[in-house]
Amino acid sequence: MSPILEIKNLNKNYGPTNILNDVNASIEDGEFLVLVGPSGCGKSTLLNCIAGLEPITSGTIRISGRDMTHVSPKDRDIAMVFQSYALYPTMSVAKNITFGMKVRGIEKAEQDVKLAEVAHLLQIETLLDRRPAQLSGGQRQRVAMGRALVRNPKLFLFDEPLSNLDAKLRVEMRTEIKKLHQNLGASMVYVTHDQIEAMTLATKIVVMKGGMVQQIGSPAEIYMRPANLFVADFMGSPAMNLIPARVNMNGKGASFTITRSAAPPLVLHDENIKSLPDNVLLGLRPEDIGDASLRKGRKLQISNCHVDVVEPAGADTYVLMTLGGVEVTARLQAETAAQRGANMEFTFNMAKASYFDANTGERLN
Amino acid sequence: MTNSSITNPLREMMKRFVLRWLLYLLLCTFALYYMMPLFVMITTSLKNLEEIRTGSLMSLPREITLAAWSTAWSSACTGIQCEGLRPYFWNSVLLAVPAVLISTIIGAINGYVVAQWRFKLSNVLFALMLFGCFIPFQVVLLPMARVLGMTGLAGSISGLIFVHVIYGIGFTTLFFRNYYVTIPVELVKAAKVDGASFWRIFFSIFLPLSLPIIVVTVIWQFTQIWNDFLFGVSFSQAGTQPITVALNNIVNSTTGVKEYNVDMAAAIIAALPTLLVYIVAGKYFIRGLTAGSVKG
Amino acid sequence: MMEWMEKQMPKLVLAPSFAASLIFVYGFIGWTAWVSLTKSKLLPRYDIVGPIQYQRLFDSPRWDVALSNLFVFGFLFIVISMLLGLVLAILLDQKIRTEGVIRTIYLYPMALSLIVTGTAWKWILNPGLGFEAMVQSWGWDSFTFGWLVDPDMAIYTVVIAGVWQASGFVMALFLAGLRSVDQEIIKAAQVDGIPTWRIYSSIILPSMAAVFLSAFIVLAHLAIKSFDLVIALTGGGPGYATDLPATYMYTMAFARGDIGQAASSAMVMMMVVFAIVVPYLYSELRARND
Repeated sequence: MSPILEIKNLNKNYGPTNILNDVNASIEDGEFLVLVGPSGCGKSTLLNCIAGLEPITSGTIRISGRDMTHVSPKDRDIAMVFQSYALYPTMSVAKNITFGMKVRGIEKAEQDVKLAEVAHLLQIETLLDRRPAQLSGGQRQRVAMGRALVRNPKLFLFDEPLSNLDAKLRVEMRTEIKKLHQNLGASMVYVTHDQIEAMTLATKIVVMKGGMVQQIGSPAEIYMRPANLFVADFMGSPAMNLIPARVNMNGKGASFTITRSAAPPLVLHDENIKSLPDNVLLGLRPEDIGDASLRKGRKLQISNCHVDVVEPAGADTYVLMTLGGVEVTARLQAETAAQRGANMEFTFNMAKASYFDANTGERLN
Repeated sequence: MTNSSITNPLREMMKRFVLRWLLYLLLCTFALYYMMPLFVMITTSLKNLEEIRTGSLMSLPREITLAAWSTAWSSACTGIQCEGLRPYFWNSVLLAVPAVLISTIIGAINGYVVAQWRFKLSNVLFALMLFGCFIPFQVVLLPMARVLGMTGLAGSISGLIFVHVIYGIGFTTLFFRNYYVTIPVELVKAAKVDGASFWRIFFSIFLPLSLPIIVVTVIWQFTQIWNDFLFGVSFSQAGTQPITVALNNIVNSTTGVKEYNVDMAAAIIAALPTLLVYIVAGKYFIRGLTAGSVKG
Repeated sequence: MMEWMEKQMPKLVLAPSFAASLIFVYGFIGWTAWVSLTKSKLLPRYDIVGPIQYQRLFDSPRWDVALSNLFVFGFLFIVISMLLGLVLAILLDQKIRTEGVIRTIYLYPMALSLIVTGTAWKWILNPGLGFEAMVQSWGWDSFTFGWLVDPDMAIYTVVIAGVWQASGFVMALFLAGLRSVDQEIIKAAQVDGIPTWRIYSSIILPSMAAVFLSAFIVLAHLAIKSFDLVIALTGGGPGYATDLPATYMYTMAFARGDIGQAASSAMVMMMVVFAIVVPYLYSELRARND
């Protein structure tokens, strides 16, 4: 089975500026691909290129095995949901959904059947005669999805569809989209700047920055083995701690020396390292640093550290320390006895550590 | 630090009361200033010549007579002809209606292109077209007269319609463009994905949205074209003159006794259509005047 | 073929209007410029001789009058209209109950043709039967207001009529501009105890720079084009005392049969407008494109 979407060596220039640089990505049928990155990274542009709404300078786009690089949007067998939903303001919900079918000359009877199906699926049957202005944000979202669903396309494209909603609604709609994906088994490409959305919805994530793909992988891969400093920092909230450390190779793997002010340096070990440059950035997620009195484990290394700030946050308590000159966040259980200004024993789970070259930012392990 | 002196609340109230009345007085005075000419025009048109000569400018007519009005409409002399304003009123109608419709339609389509279908040079082209609104029309009078002569349109109402359309397109395009620019680009994208063509998107999506701007544009164009004098006087001849030219002829005719009451009646007749439009749809007119002039 | 047409449709649609603009605006300006460099009289000639028409123009005492009238009238018309418009706008901004009615009254002159305005004011300023006579009839025998027929003062009557017509529009512009100032800034100032007049002078007016500029451009434009008003009010007279470049051009073109002069005077008008409007359009278009 050929991939449902295959992007090869895609470049897009706008005048002298390079907007997308050698992008390669593909997904199989039924996957949920999320393009994530900060504003201006090119993710929306890439989506528009996939849709055929923007031209590309070089490279190919294949949908369902067919070369669509120069095909107009209406013939690419896609459907798109926009950030602002882009519902036709002077048409009723029903007309909004059937507009595309009308343009394609589909029989009225068939239009009605498809409309009823989709309206039932999305539970918008009672809204069919209303105008977009009379709908709430969540309802408009569903109508926009209805318009997409009714096309029965090979590929669904979503351009930041939840960004305009308030936080609570966003979480609700996110779940709805996930359920829709599971029920339909459809292939979806989804753009967002919210890395939580990316992690919860995706089967595959493409992290982008400055028009270039930083990493492609499953949410777990991206989270646990980020390919470079940018991905490490961007994905996951709170962000991964990136601590400067001096490396010393000895017989039993590597040891990492981390400076501290007003205290002797913290030293951590990793047996599984074969070789590393002299200076690296040690990446540890906040949940991999724990309260030694509450966490037990043979593989965990314990060290005594000074607590700068304690932030209780309900189910967790965040504790900030200064290691290697940078602020380090530890995610402790709420029962922790950590106190500001006091010292405490912390566990460091080096099995989950990532190492990055301090100059290139590339992952070393 | 705020300068707070302990003020007597009663004095504050009185001060505000007096200021308010002063404000209303000023506003009323100005209102009188603006109404005065209209008042004078109406009252003068209802007087007979004897009263005008012996009476005073702003006095109310002692005897109301409509004779001046009927003269103005059907027998005042505009040069050689003495048919009153009636034929010229219809000339203006025959001129204004097509010119307004055509220039509005073209402006709508142009505005649609410039706002939503930008291409490489579209902004430059738009700017060049826009510039045409701002030129003093004196600079095109001579060549236009020649072109109208060469195409046999000289002195005809069709020729005038043509001129008004050509020079009206800049403004109408501007109005529609400023309006269509506020419609999100994603609407067109969604329609494209739905398979709609350029024209389909215009007729099914943009046109239904356009009522407010159509009203503004029509009112603006109608006022401009009905009130125009320069093109009228340059490109028409005795039978095809618009009402503004005829009015000027009546008022400035050198033959016979000056009938001021007829002059005033004629002026009011000429002003009535645009004045009525203004009174009925005034706020749209104002929107048209300030469209594009104030940011935001 | 159909695909190509669909793709190029925006360009195809805009092309006729652009072509029309090219021919009937730029082409025509070119023609007029060309002819202004020839010896054309009744009929246009196309052999260029140089700037003789401009020399004749600026040698002509009538053109001197017309040009100086333009600056006098233009200056007074613009300044007084803006001041009056500003005062009225500020007055109307004070939460007046009958604002709608008053605004309608101030603005209706803009709906009138300048011929109508000229006709009305010509009557009002009529020395024997108008304003002058009325004041005299009130007992003030020695009152004179013969500006309309006085060669030195006639141009000021054009100012009076012009201001009456346009100040309402300026007021509408300014009122909109006054109201577009962020209300929260004003509230903050009020909480700070700043008196109302100070709020106007230090906060609101400075933020209205763009509106002032717009008003200036529109008024300047009106002033340069004011042909209708002069024709109706004074006919250019007495003599040619109230001639403006616009009336000069018209006379030369259609009454005197001197196309060379008509062309050169039109070009001078064009250049004055150009110098004012082009920088403004440039800045406006750049601002709108972000």
